[in-house]
Amino acid sequence: MAVVSIREALNQAMDEEMTRDERVFLMGEEVAQYNGAYKVSQGLLQKFGPRRIIDTPIAEAGFAGVGIGAAMVGLRPIVEFMTWNFSLVAYDQIVNHAAKMLSMSGGHFHVPIVFRGPGGAAHNLGATHSQALESIYAHIPGLKVVMPSNPRDAKGLLKTAIRDDNPIIFIESEVMYGEKGEIPDGEYTIPLGVGEILREGTDVTVVSWSKILQHVTVKAVQRLAEEGISVELIDPRTIKPMDWELIFASVRKTNRLVIVEEGWPFAGVGAQIVDEVQKHCFDDLDAPVERVTQEDVPLPYAHNLEVSSLPNIQRVIRAVRKAMYLD
Amino acid sequence: MRRQLLSQHLVHVLMNNSAIGSAPSKPTRDPGLPPDTLLKWYDEMLLIRRFEEKSAQLYGMGKIGGFCHLYNGQEAVSTGSLGAINPEDYVITAYRDHGLAISKGVDPRAILAELLGKHTGTTKGKGGSMHIFDREKNFLGGHAIVGGHIPIAAGVAFASKYRGEKRVCLCFIGDGATNIGTFHESLNLAALWKLPVIYIIENNKYGMGTAVARASAVEELHQKAAAYDMRNEVVESGYDVLAVHKAVKAAVDHARATYEPSLLEIQTFRYRGHSMSDPVSGHYRTKEEVETQKKLDPLVVFAESLKRDGLASDEYFENAEKRIKAVVDECVEFAENSPEPPADELWKDVYFERGGF
Repeated sequence: MAVVSIREALNQAMDEEMTRDERVFLMGEEVAQYNGAYKVSQGLLQKFGPRRIIDTPIAEAGFAGVGIGAAMVGLRPIVEFMTWNFSLVAYDQIVNHAAKMLSMSGGHFHVPIVFRGPGGAAHNLGATHSQALESIYAHIPGLKVVMPSNPRDAKGLLKTAIRDDNPIIFIESEVMYGEKGEIPDGEYTIPLGVGEILREGTDVTVVSWSKILQHVTVKAVQRLAEEGISVELIDPRTIKPMDWELIFASVRKTNRLVIVEEGWPFAGVGAQIVDEVQKHCFDDLDAPVERVTQEDVPLPYAHNLEVSSLPNIQRVIRAVRKAMYLD
Repeated sequence: MRRQLLSQHLVHVLMNNSAIGSAPSKPTRDPGLPPDTLLKWYDEMLLIRRFEEKSAQLYGMGKIGGFCHLYNGQEAVSTGSLGAINPEDYVITAYRDHGLAISKGVDPRAILAELLGKHTGTTKGKGGSMHIFDREKNFLGGHAIVGGHIPIAAGVAFASKYRGEKRVCLCFIGDGATNIGTFHESLNLAALWKLPVIYIIENNKYGMGTAVARASAVEELHQKAAAYDMRNEVVESGYDVLAVHKAVKAAVDHARATYEPSLLEIQTFRYRGHSMSDPVSGHYRTKEEVETQKKLDPLVVFAESLKRDGLASDEYFENAEKRIKAVVDECVEFAENSPEPPADELWKDVYFERGGF
């Protein structure tokens, strides 16, 4: 077991897959000479050269489309968005072209492409640079949405994503690239659509992912444990396809569910989880499902307002206690 | 001013065209083009015309639904352009795609079946009129969001160059699409990276009901290439299949030799409305304008040229009508008698499930 950062884990995944498959290449803003805005592609230009590590102009719709076209005729592009916020100017390319190509062409053309980059709020970046956009991508048939929360998953899931034959939305966290963890030695992959129970528990199931999982939910669960509340904590790792059976089995055991996510509440990923759980586990639930989300406002710049909008430990603890009828 | 130039060109051509009883405005025929090829082109243009007329009829009968954009009047663009490439080259276009699909060799029976929403259609009834695809023929759609396919074409050309191939990509766009962001991003990328893509503006003078001059600050659309230092050319006589072919072939040869892209503007005219729901004339163009343009019918101009060169007689054209009618009849029979997609088709081809290529 080596200890690496998420940044290094992602870099290893791309390095290994590009070594393994000549059809894989990386393009995006600052990925080559600058070594990546967040240094995720550090050293790759040196190793693979400018044919396969490609700096693009600031033209997200343009280079996303280039990736889609290249994928249609047999290449396997990795397209880096400097942040997922900027993917919105390429939303038509992803939603109307990448996602629909296979169906719309009656199976003639599939699009094996990975769109990746950091998502979510960092600190004081303002409304346009702080968005958790997984729900708007998960909404679209034809896309898969992957959100790793640790180095092991980042590497294993990215390798799988690159090998997948469908368009993949791979959302990293802007503030987690330096966070370290153990990864297995040698070659490994992690399948999409398989979640993980991070902590077994008996009183309440909590589902959470990516940065909010590591920075908020894990800490809240620790404090709840100190109060004697046993949380079963699930990291779905893939938002779509969601590992429904893992969640259902846990809810059938604990009879309570809390979902903690960074995104907005309306039509958020958590709302979809609530819907599936009420359909499949209605008789198992002992309390309404609680959700902790960002407030339903554009994220302000000021530190105090920013902090008050995003999910925090206290709100998670309150939601769990409410689901247990303790408050 | 530009419009004045164009109309002058039109008057000049009309005055000199044998199709309306005067001396021809005759492009130089590439001596490398065998007579058989020219006759094949004529047949193909006639097939596109008759296919579209049948489509209009079937639409009127309620057998074709949704949006349907016909190619009548633009046949010389499709046949002339695709006559300049090889089967392994790629073609991608917007929603007015039936003619280009036929020129690329897509089975017209499957195209018509697609229009009728049948399982034997080009995309099993999933795409419809605006989304004709054929992997085997390297026909990459049929795309319905204006501007959406323009960067995709650059990506297809990127893949060709990445693999060291000499395959080119022809990307057809409407005049209206030259005003959207992806057009400019794609031209920049294609020129910057030297991608073997030939962007062909089918300037039929109206983006739906909006005249070019009302939508674009630059009316000479090919000049937009100048911003990206891209090779460009205009073909004012887009009704002339030989002129179209000559310009596209030069661009293709250039792309194969240098990987460099081109922007071609081919001035053409659609005889029908933008789609099936708007009239041929009235709102945004006059009946007189349409009638004047129809005097430069690509089929008539080409037929006169073939006759003049002694390559075809009146008898040939009469027989061609019969042969093409039989083909279109066969398309209709095939499409009408084909089954609708089975219910479980709904869930197919949403995700690609075969493990790798």
